[in-house]
Amino acid sequence: MGSYSSIYNRIQIRGPFDPGVPMRPGELPRIQAKNFSYWLGKIGDPQLGPLYLGWTGIASLAFGFMAIEIIGLNMWASVDWDPYAFVRNLPFLSLDPPPAKYGLNILIPLGDGGWWLLAGFFLTMSILLWWARSYIRARAIGMGTHTSWAFASAIFLYLSLGFFRPILMGSWSEAVPFGIITHLNWTASVSVLYGNWYYNPFHMLSIVFLYGSTMLFAMHGATILAVSRFGGEREAEEIVDRGTAAERGALFWRWTMGFNATFESIHRWAWWFAVLTTFCGAIGVLLTGTVVDNWYLWGVKHGIAPSYPSVYPAFPIPHDVTRSVVQ
Amino acid sequence: MAMLSFERKYRVRGGTLIGGDLFDFWVGPFYVGFFGVTAIFFAALGSLLIFYDISQSGETNIFAFSVNPPSIKYGLGLAPFNEGGIWQIVTMCACGAFASWALREIEICRKLGIGWHVPIAYSVAFFAYLSLVVIRPLLLGAWGHGFPYGIMSHLDWVSSVGYQFLHFHYNPAHMLAVTFFFTTTMFLGLHAGVILAAVNPGKGEVVKYGEHENAYFRDYIFYSIGPYGIHRLGLFFALNAGFWSAVCIIISGPFWDGGWPYFFDFFLKTPAAIGNIAY
Repeated sequence: MGSYSSIYNRIQIRGPFDPGVPMRPGELPRIQAKNFSYWLGKIGDPQLGPLYLGWTGIASLAFGFMAIEIIGLNMWASVDWDPYAFVRNLPFLSLDPPPAKYGLNILIPLGDGGWWLLAGFFLTMSILLWWARSYIRARAIGMGTHTSWAFASAIFLYLSLGFFRPILMGSWSEAVPFGIITHLNWTASVSVLYGNWYYNPFHMLSIVFLYGSTMLFAMHGATILAVSRFGGEREAEEIVDRGTAAERGALFWRWTMGFNATFESIHRWAWWFAVLTTFCGAIGVLLTGTVVDNWYLWGVKHGIAPSYPSVYPAFPIPHDVTRSVVQ
Repeated sequence: MAMLSFERKYRVRGGTLIGGDLFDFWVGPFYVGFFGVTAIFFAALGSLLIFYDISQSGETNIFAFSVNPPSIKYGLGLAPFNEGGIWQIVTMCACGAFASWALREIEICRKLGIGWHVPIAYSVAFFAYLSLVVIRPLLLGAWGHGFPYGIMSHLDWVSSVGYQFLHFHYNPAHMLAVTFFFTTTMFLGLHAGVILAAVNPGKGEVVKYGEHENAYFRDYIFYSIGPYGIHRLGLFFALNAGFWSAVCIIISGPFWDGGWPYFFDFFLKTPAAIGNIAY
């Protein structure tokens, strides 16, 4: 007998293609690309498609395509249009935001950060339209919009990093570059520049929720697979009409740790943990440099970090050096 | 008796790995079992030692409370009680308690007739803990390389060890672990969102089930992995986050003692990496 409870499918179900729930009047038709994928079937449902694109989807893909083109062509230009160097150096290539001297000006030379502004604008339009799609599709098939609001929390972090905080700081140069290694460098330097983000309480909370989300998904995913022999993966059905799978899942945790969620409430725990990861992260980003200059000194002031004696002689940085670095 | 309305019929004898019927009972909502007794023993002893160590430090600020590992000079030996010996016993207690907890979960799974997925997943988290306080210190040759037990001290340890390698983001296993953490959280938000959206569809709509969950994600992103698949995927990504976290710290020191940015020198020095960008 085949089993579904392991980490991969030993049996693949190939029923008739599911065309999706009926459309409502006035909608564009679904794109009925009828595919089954053997390898997707190894871990989940083998059916690929259909897809509803709609006007927001088309516009989102167009804007996203423009953003990626701008980023990619700028990176390629930075290696003198050498295709070989482009591919090999891709992890290190970057499209950087404008230097500080332009402040929040949006009419700046393309080669000096203008392309970064354009790419950011198109990428933001693409993401916001994709969000609209998530909302419109949920309403169109008569579902709640919980997924959209979770996505909105992630967008809030994205906009805080690239849009809100640069505006609060008065300069686009504060934003994150588009690049694989360069965005990691940005992350490390913003932490060090502002006195080590380990002392930023919203960074602490964000990490708690990130690790918490991972722990919750391990606990939840493992519980559902463990009770799948009783049909536990049919979660909405078990929420509405509790069966033995939900009872055994609940009792496992009750007996283990004295407390249990229900099949519905575990998804509320999960939703909040995921949403608060990016939400707290965004608050931590927005406070940095605007309200708090140095998280370590903030920690010393509020009694969470020890004050270390100053062991190095004072070494003031000459003013003109600071200015030349900033500009 | 703290029992749920449906609970009585599930409270059956048997399924124990050790001890037969001796500890086969419940206290309030908790199942006990032989490993419940050992878990309580280790947890209580470890906690008492932590409280004792804190009380001896004279510290009153909760953020500064810390049970620290011994000095490097004690190598892999036992340190004097008040110079890290407490940390060593606390670590042994933690390992005992975590192992007991996993085995007790297996007993509960056997009682309920469900799979062992949770104890297996828990073991991966236990492995990540072991990598910090046992495996890496063993490889480096001193318990002093372990992780302090304190609110700010463990953050300082992570920060300090990170900067010893100049820039930890360049650690390839760390890259993988972070990617798995973020992606797991994204999957969790998507999964929780769609389940809540199905059973809370708003005024005037009927509750929706799997057919609509599938339709939503197919319409939205061209593919719905389905109700089994999402739990498999979530579990797989969550366990990989823990596993690669363990790998990223085990290799830092025992297998790579330079800065992590230098790890990529092999690539930048190859004739492949040409171009006019300055590093």
